[in-house]
Amino acid sequence: MHDSHDIILKEVAPAEVGEVDLYQRREKIYTRKIEGFFQKIRLYTGWPLLLAYFGLPWLIWDSRQSVLFDLPARKFHIFGLTLWPQDFFLLALVLIIAAYGLFMVTAIVGRVWCGYTCPQTVWTAIYMYLEQLFEGSRNQRIKRDKAPWSIEKFYRKILKHGSWLFVAFLTAFTFIGYFYPIRELIVDLCYIRVSVWPAYWILFFTLATYINAGWMREQVCQYMCPYAQFQSVMFDHHTLIVSYNSLRGETRGPRKRTSKRVDSSLGDCVDCQLCVQVCPTGIDIRDGLQYQCTGCALCIDACNSVMNKMGYSPNLISYTSESALAGGVMHWFRPRIVGYLSVFILMVALFVYTLVNRTPLEMTVTRDRGDLFVRNTNGHIENIYTLHIMNMTNATYRYNLSVENLANAHLIGNREPEVRAGEDLHFSIRLKVPPDAAAPLNQMIFFNLEAQTDTELKTKVESRFIRPEL
Amino acid sequence: MSSFWSNWIIVLTIFTLVAVTWILLANQTRNDNSAETTGHIYDGIEEYDNPLPAWWFWMFVITIVWGVGYLVFYPGMGSYQGVLGWSQHSEHDQAVAAAELKYQDIRESYLSRPVEEIAEDPAAHRMGQRLFGNHCAQCHGSDGRGSYGFPDLTDSDWIWGGEIRDIKHTLTNGRQAAMPAWQGVLGDQGVEEMTEYVLSLNKQTQNTPSLISSSEKFVMYCGGCHQLNGAGNQMIGAPNLTDDVWLYGGSKSEVAQTLRYGRTGMMPAQNTILSEAKLHILTAYVSSLHIEDKD
Repeated sequence: MHDSHDIILKEVAPAEVGEVDLYQRREKIYTRKIEGFFQKIRLYTGWPLLLAYFGLPWLIWDSRQSVLFDLPARKFHIFGLTLWPQDFFLLALVLIIAAYGLFMVTAIVGRVWCGYTCPQTVWTAIYMYLEQLFEGSRNQRIKRDKAPWSIEKFYRKILKHGSWLFVAFLTAFTFIGYFYPIRELIVDLCYIRVSVWPAYWILFFTLATYINAGWMREQVCQYMCPYAQFQSVMFDHHTLIVSYNSLRGETRGPRKRTSKRVDSSLGDCVDCQLCVQVCPTGIDIRDGLQYQCTGCALCIDACNSVMNKMGYSPNLISYTSESALAGGVMHWFRPRIVGYLSVFILMVALFVYTLVNRTPLEMTVTRDRGDLFVRNTNGHIENIYTLHIMNMTNATYRYNLSVENLANAHLIGNREPEVRAGEDLHFSIRLKVPPDAAAPLNQMIFFNLEAQTDTELKTKVESRFIRPEL
Repeated sequence: MSSFWSNWIIVLTIFTLVAVTWILLANQTRNDNSAETTGHIYDGIEEYDNPLPAWWFWMFVITIVWGVGYLVFYPGMGSYQGVLGWSQHSEHDQAVAAAELKYQDIRESYLSRPVEEIAEDPAAHRMGQRLFGNHCAQCHGSDGRGSYGFPDLTDSDWIWGGEIRDIKHTLTNGRQAAMPAWQGVLGDQGVEEMTEYVLSLNKQTQNTPSLISSSEKFVMYCGGCHQLNGAGNQMIGAPNLTDDVWLYGGSKSEVAQTLRYGRTGMMPAQNTILSEAKLHILTAYVSSLHIEDKD
């Protein structure tokens, strides 16, 4: 491992404090369009994900929406699986696993989430594409923004913002479609009769998408995203980063395309500024690793295109690691990664185990509070219970109800309740026992419920039986 | 309650509001860009004493305005109730009214159908079950099988009649039963003999010749209500004494106590609490109870 480096302090005394702008203004970033290997990867990973996002709610599974988080009914349908509020910890577990997976991936390959799959990046890329489509290339945009208003400038801006808003609306509509039946929603939308809350949230997410991907862009990553701020703790010297090889590139400088490199005192960097112009966060990668860098690899593609033209070998800017840059070897299996990986596998195993062994049946038992006990005509003692049976499967079952740990118990009422799919059946039953002076006054008992056709589908609930002193 | 605590809260709230406003404004009016430091030094790093960023400042202003607005419209200033008159009670009442409105049409639609028909409607049954749980279960048990002093509604032994209109009448107007005390008339000896006789009516004891005098007394004192053969009279809520169903217990001592001191049974009228439609649904539910399997 590397020794920790002391930070060398330099005395920097400002000559004079004049008019200081205390808060940095955002400089508008004009990104140049670039194509290349990593942009292809982005395209080929982005499309399936986008298709999945926009398409999933339209799929039908068992004659209902395949993925629907039905908040009013408190039921989450995910294909064949229906989760109830009782299963909420599963969701927590999924989120923990997802977060942990993100940490692990970050430790190994750096900010690939940020660079390729984060919705902020993906939607910003879509918006940049539309910007390019309606307002032209980087240079044209810079020029037009500086120019006074004209009819052309106006309609191009209208087209751009219109298309942005349209994409934002589609995004928001789809998002709400995960929480509200999307086929109903689109019909309601066509007849302009969407109820207040779906309409509010569609508007909210439309504006949020438009503002985030259109106006905020890299500022979200730099100032708002907590993950961007704390992911540096996952980094080590072997983590993949996008970096400029300054040993090879310096001394940078412009040159004729025909000039022979061996003749020159210059490094490989021709100082064309392309890597700066394509950067969506507006940084210069040649300044070293910076927290603004989302690892999108646009600069790699830009630089490689130039290196190609110059006839130089590629990867002056590349995915590499601090250790590789320093001439060392990249270690993939290092303690940190092994640690992350084993905990990750453990959590996934726990999740799968929990999911597979989840019993989609729940029963609650409530003793009547009106009377502690009832003594009937024959002197038998009775206790009354109200049962709630929740059938969380997608099929109707008939169950056998029985009582454990209560001698000579006779169960009066529905002993073979039938509960329909997704139903929460509630009914009352009565337990009757002959008088028994030796029995405890307050006895722990159990209600057993077992599906008649599936012995795996069963549950056991504790309750109490109370009797008078004889 | 004295108004001290109310005033105390008001004083605290106003003081806090004024104080935060003052702190905010006092900080904001400090001269700009003076590059003054706070005088705090940590590891050689000094802290500039600059005003808040404008958007922070305005966010604070908004929260203060919001706070004042809240205190005007909602309860917060001691016991002052706010312009809107909002309270947890009123919110509950509104929620209840909204639910009433929501289910009114469904209930009304049941009202137009005969009880026999909706008794077999699962949705009406569930609705009746909820109503029963809220209004009846405390006495009759949540399964309706009753307890000491409260009749079992699932058997076919009805004190006030088991016809639909009888049940509805019982629910709507309530019932008042009165078994007089016979201690004064019968005396100790008489009560004991009458107990034997009553128990003999449903074959718990043998009807021996010694009970002949009691049977004459039964005809004289009890037959008016319970009928001469003890079969009871549903018109006046006199229970049938010949079956083995006992509201106040069927043991010797319990029957004797009933004879000696009398009993008063009371079913409260529900029409003051429940709407006609709810009573209709509840009637259907109660009448359906004895159809269910009886062990």
